[in-house]
Amino acid sequence: MRSLRPRKRSMPQHDPAPSRVAYRLNRLWLTPHFRRFLRFGLPVLCVLTAFAVFVSDQERVDGLVDRMVELRRSVEERPEFMVNLMAIDGASADLAVDIREVVPVDLPRSSFDLDLEAMRQQVESLDAVRSAKLSVKSGGVLQVDVTERVPAVVWRSPDGLELLDAEGHRVAALDSRKSRPDLMLIAGEGADHAVAEALALAHAAAPVHDRMIGLIRVAEHRWDIVLDRGQRIMLPERSPRVALDRVMALNGVQDLLARDLVRVDFRNPKRPILRLGADALAALEAESTNEDKRNSN
Amino acid sequence: MTDLYQSQRAMRNKRSAAMQRGVIAVLDVGSWKIACFVLRFDGPSDFAESDGIGSMAGQSRFRVIGAATTRSRGVRFGEIDAMHETERAIRTAVQAAQKMANVRVDHVIVCFSGARPRSYGLAGRVELHDGTVSDNCVARVLSSCDVPDYGPDREILHAQPVNFAVDHRSGLSDPREQAGNSLSVDMHMLSVDRTPIENLLYCIKRCDLELAGLASSAYASGIASLVEDEQELGAACIDLGGGSTGLSIFIKKHMIYADTVRMGGDHVTSDISQGLQVPMSTAERIKTFYGGVQATGMDDREMIDLSSDTGDWEHDRRSVSRSEVIGVMRPRLEETLEEVRALLDAAGFDHLPSQRIVLTGGGSQLPGLDGLATKILGQQVRLGRPLRVQGLPQSVTGPSFASAVGTCLFAAHPQDEWWDFDVPVDSYPARSLKRAVRWFKDNW
Ligand SMILES: Nc1ncnc2c1ncn2[C@@H]1O[C@H](COP(=O)(O)OP(=O)(O)O)[C@@H](O)[C@H]1O
Ligand SMILES: [Mg+2]
Repeated sequence: MRSLRPRKRSMPQHDPAPSRVAYRLNRLWLTPHFRRFLRFGLPVLCVLTAFAVFVSDQERVDGLVDRMVELRRSVEERPEFMVNLMAIDGASADLAVDIREVVPVDLPRSSFDLDLEAMRQQVESLDAVRSAKLSVKSGGVLQVDVTERVPAVVWRSPDGLELLDAEGHRVAALDSRKSRPDLMLIAGEGADHAVAEALALAHAAAPVHDRMIGLIRVAEHRWDIVLDRGQRIMLPERSPRVALDRVMALNGVQDLLARDLVRVDFRNPKRPILRLGADALAALEAESTNEDKRNSN
Repeated sequence: MTDLYQSQRAMRNKRSAAMQRGVIAVLDVGSWKIACFVLRFDGPSDFAESDGIGSMAGQSRFRVIGAATTRSRGVRFGEIDAMHETERAIRTAVQAAQKMANVRVDHVIVCFSGARPRSYGLAGRVELHDGTVSDNCVARVLSSCDVPDYGPDREILHAQPVNFAVDHRSGLSDPREQAGNSLSVDMHMLSVDRTPIENLLYCIKRCDLELAGLASSAYASGIASLVEDEQELGAACIDLGGGSTGLSIFIKKHMIYADTVRMGGDHVTSDISQGLQVPMSTAERIKTFYGGVQATGMDDREMIDLSSDTGDWEHDRRSVSRSEVIGVMRPRLEETLEEVRALLDAAGFDHLPSQRIVLTGGGSQLPGLDGLATKILGQQVRLGRPLRVQGLPQSVTGPSFASAVGTCLFAAHPQDEWWDFDVPVDSYPARSLKRAVRWFKDNW
């Protein structure tokens, strides 16, 4: 006899037996190797497969790269990062023009695209710039702080007149000596390598400053100081300053240079040689003949 | 017989593979419930066995890490009747035990109760050539046993050497290195029907498990619920299961007899169901809540409602007294115990030095059953619970689980069986020539 209504639960009628498949899966799940594989191996495998599938299609890769680049662009080109202006401090107007010419950036531009170091090197490659400092200031300003080279001498080089700074570095070309009469003139090949020495000598020769025309580098190893009236002070290669000081001392005491001398040859400081001018020589000769006459008398 | 030797050896190899892996499942296929325990082996055992030659098959300490039981389906009289039902039940139990253990098991040791076991006492005897007993002599004496004709459709489940004798010194458990002229052995062999075993193998295979051993549940209940001196001095264990009642007799720590009565608690339940006209589930509930074997005056007054759902008002509102229930149950229990008694008599249980009887199995939980058993079996009867095993959950320590716990012990500390010994070298053809030469020398 079977009741139609569901019987009250008094004894378990049917245990929920797992199906064969469920049982096998359960056993598989309890296998330690399989567990480890699921937990570690499978995710890695999945990621690798996904990656491989993705990479196998060049178009998709390109698309992704493009999107990345675009994203980057969109961030970089936000107004906060844009540089609109270049401000140059410490440079003369001409130099500023040169700098603007030499720095090849067309503003406005994103600050991410500016290679400040390369730009600094470019600016410093200008002869007239001693050092430069570049920075991006807030408000989109590219600040260029320039220290200019100060011209110290005019050099009459084989190629023409040039301005040099105290270290002998070229500053600019010069059209005419007259445009910088305040600077001292040096000449001769290799003179630019000894500008410091030339300046020191010029300083030492201060007493005859208004008579000084310039310094000539002779055979690239020693200096001649050229004064007006065709006078020349020839200085030795070694310690020319000492020699010059002696000349100046002589000049101070005996007005040496005011006399009719053509050369003051100090090339060998132990045996300085004076070469007289033509008049003085004639006078000297006349005097000596007179004396001879007197003696003979 | 070599066939069987090989297949049993193969199971031993699986068992050692399982020991290597560290886990093994134990399955008790009863007719009432199917229990599955998962054991973890904890390395070699440190308890020295004194019985038998020792751990031929390797012993191990163990812990139960998973246990599950499920209502048995498709098993009658301890034999598989509806394979797919049983397979599903086994799957349920194994999966639940695996889940608790959180480990997958591949090897299983199974105990079952039916299959009409039959015990044989075997005796073997060999002459010792060099005056002392060597390993090879033990192997030889075991294979010299005259195996009875146990029938074509039967298999040997257990074959344990029970007693060794060197010359006239009997009662040796380990005869090795003893001096003497002859070695004889008594062996207990248990044969069972082949078909139930094949059915069982089929179910196990369908569950993706590998069989690493087979045990009779009567034997397993005995080793789990008899205490050591009962096993030593002689005792019987009666396992009152659902569809069958197992009987095993032990002496000197070895089983010497096993049999089953094809009757059990389920028959009591069906008696109640028929007698009181109630469904089986109600009958089961009445049996476990109100059942008993000895009616007293108070039981006449204790009324049990038999509420049911047939729609017949009269039928649905009946009630019976507890004495009536006991009256229905008792004859079946008496019958079962009478059968057990007949088996005990046939086995010569009276001749044992001590005659303790231990009742175990789910049916032994009926109140008053030990009294009835004493009356019928005429011996001191006690109720037995299985040995306590490390890690076993409290819920599965009851007498119903005697055979499951016994199978755990069988898995971890198997007693030596005939197939644990190597084949005697003399049985190789090359050696038979040697024997002929020796015979020639001895006689001339
Ligand atoms: N508390 C109880 N009181 C009486 N009988 C019980 C009790 N619990 C279980 N049983 C009976 O014990 C039998 C089951 O015993 P068990 O040893 O578990 O069987 P099996 O070994 O065949 O699976 C069933 O017939 C059941 O009715
Ligand atoms: Mg049982």
